[in-house]
Amino acid sequence: MNFGEITLGHYLALSSLLFLIGLAGVILRRSLLIIMMSLELLLNAANLALVAVGRFQGLPDPQVAVFFVITVAAAEVSLGLAILVAIFRIRKTTAADQLASLRF
Amino acid sequence: MEAVFFWVFAAGLLISASALVAFRNPITNAVCLVVALVMQAALFITLEAFFLAAVQVIVYAGAVMVLFLFVIMLLDVKEEARRKPPWAKIVAVLGIGGGAVFGATKIATLFPFSGKTLQWGESKGGGSAAELGRLLFTSYSPLFLATGVLLLVATVGVVVLCRRDPES
Repeated sequence: MNFGEITLGHYLALSSLLFLIGLAGVILRRSLLIIMMSLELLLNAANLALVAVGRFQGLPDPQVAVFFVITVAAAEVSLGLAILVAIFRIRKTTAADQLASLRF
Repeated sequence: MEAVFFWVFAAGLLISASALVAFRNPITNAVCLVVALVMQAALFITLEAFFLAAVQVIVYAGAVMVLFLFVIMLLDVKEEARRKPPWAKIVAVLGIGGGAVFGATKIATLFPFSGKTLQWGESKGGGSAAELGRLLFTSYSPLFLATGVLLLVATVGVVVLCRRDPES
């Protein structure tokens, strides 16, 4: 690995590491709030890979895709947090392992 | 020079993301998320995506983080109780995830363009607001309009979800 020269592979490796960290957060943490924050990390990892590929291939279209991803993520966060607040009002908890009544 | 920026911001991004997963205090997690998002914006700048970097800071580090902090305040979230670390889960995540990352980087090196390097300013990708705007309002204008509808639906949904029933 050459440290002075940054290739597309460097960005893709960084993106997959970030995805791995986010995935660990989603699986290992119990608070719904932290799980949603880790979901943001997952989306950011995908965004990073998209922008990197677009730049190294000379295409502007992936940046438009990332723009839409950011918009949809903002909508997703607002709806998710609203659901979280509604759950907290009824159940007085946001721990994922105590909200298991739908579990098969 | 670009290499230095890449390594600094990549290290910052990975450290703050790991801290987000590791710490228990929700406020600390929120601060870690802000740092991670700003680092990502800096990486967008190293990729010459200037408009996206600005959007990242304004929308993510600004609006989304304020939402998270408001919810932390509303819910009065306590520190997650300590428990025995779920070693089986941790080992499974590290094993499967590490294997997936290894496989992904292996597959990535198979592409002819993955070893590509590019000097700063050489990219034809175009990250300025003008170029992105031209694309958004021509080829992608139906998607842009659909995004407007999506945001309206999300707004109405949030209001409905957070309304208290008048009877109860």
